[in-house]
Amino acid sequence: MARRSKVFADFDAAVAGIPDGATIAFGGFALPGMPLNLTAALLRQGARRLTCIGNTTGGAHKPRNPDIGMLVENGQVAKVICSFTAAPRASDQLPFTPFYERGEVEAEIVPQGTLAERLRAAGAGIPAFYTPTAVGTELAEGRETRIINGREVLLEYALHADVALLRAWRADAAGNLRFRRAQRNFAPAMALAAKLVIVEVEEPVLPAGAIDADDVHVPGILVHRLVVIPPAPDGLWPSLPARKEAAS
Amino acid sequence: MSWTRPQMAERLGRELQDGWIVNLGVGMPTLVCDVNLGDREVTFHAENGVIGFGPVAAPGQEDVNLVDASRRHVTLNPGAAIVDHVDSFALIRGGRIDVTVLGSYEAAANGDFANWRVKGAKGGVIGGAMDLAACAKRVFLMLEHRMRDGTPRLLARCTLPVTARGVVTLVVTELGLFAPTGEAFKVHDLAPGVTIDDVRAATACPVTE
Repeated sequence: MARRSKVFADFDAAVAGIPDGATIAFGGFALPGMPLNLTAALLRQGARRLTCIGNTTGGAHKPRNPDIGMLVENGQVAKVICSFTAAPRASDQLPFTPFYERGEVEAEIVPQGTLAERLRAAGAGIPAFYTPTAVGTELAEGRETRIINGREVLLEYALHADVALLRAWRADAAGNLRFRRAQRNFAPAMALAAKLVIVEVEEPVLPAGAIDADDVHVPGILVHRLVVIPPAPDGLWPSLPARKEAAS
Repeated sequence: MSWTRPQMAERLGRELQDGWIVNLGVGMPTLVCDVNLGDREVTFHAENGVIGFGPVAAPGQEDVNLVDASRRHVTLNPGAAIVDHVDSFALIRGGRIDVTVLGSYEAAANGDFANWRVKGAKGGVIGGAMDLAACAKRVFLMLEHRMRDGTPRLLARCTLPVTARGVVTLVVTELGLFAPTGEAFKVHDLAPGVTIDDVRAATACPVTE
């Protein structure tokens, strides 16, 4: 049976054609699952006026990796939708923050669980849902709440994306994905929410069927493009933080 | 005299019950991981879907893909499971978390707390805190009793934008362990050498025995 290959030769080919104004979801929580190589390719590709969805804009930690914050610095971003729009530690500053404070980039801050569920809902054909999260806070001001089963809950809308950029451990030729440890995080929800799903993969793409059907984390019918990450330095790989102890 | 941060964690650790599912916020709350719970067993849950993580990995043994919500390179205890963000927050909103321990800028006697935006900031740091605060069965806060300039962090009402309303169960500071009762904080425990008058002097609302 002929199967059109989902494997792209390189990252630049995989992100070619992402248009100005696109809404892009970026996988990753801390380093695990961050699409470092696809983000670097998007920086080279140069699409502008992007709306970027991710847990954070990134960049509070060294060494710096390609992230939404770099796209902001590169003038490619109109809006971010994140659960952090400032650094978790008050002593740090996100590279994104000065752009936000000057009003050059718009931001929508969304509680993390609501962000995940809004993405899932978009892909699941659920246009909106009610959640107890953020009731009574500034985020709920002026928005619809209801009392359901005696509890006040807040209306949240599905969050659709044009493109999802993800990183997985393994893929097969059918596009089925498997993640390692905490790499999975937002990926299944983003794969559901996006029309075009592009994945950088750490291991060579396996023949279809090599990932047992029971072990698939994201089904290949949701995945459109795969790129195998080359070894460093050509490919970008997450590294452990430098040790604090000075060598004596 | 007052408690050090590990002693604050130790004191909160005494409140954890056998079998609880426990979620720890960024910063100070991660110290609760290091508390010796004796024969009580708890399961640590992290927002990124790691359920049943253990101690921080020894140097050289870290897995680059295995972090908790504070980006610490943790290990997995036997019986650990990993789920995605959707399921991780389903566990949170679904009421499976027995307690979340969070850092905070302010705690109020009416059970409100504020830990996502500092004064004058345009952006904020919500992460999973609003989901946890609204849906965990209990919310424990760990914070310094006063700001560096002496301003009390325990108040009648929050001055900063709140994370959730009426949810705080217990508050530990370097001075003691307290429970909000509506209009006051009730003392559950005091650090060695700390008197209730010391606490009253450092608190912007009534403190009761």
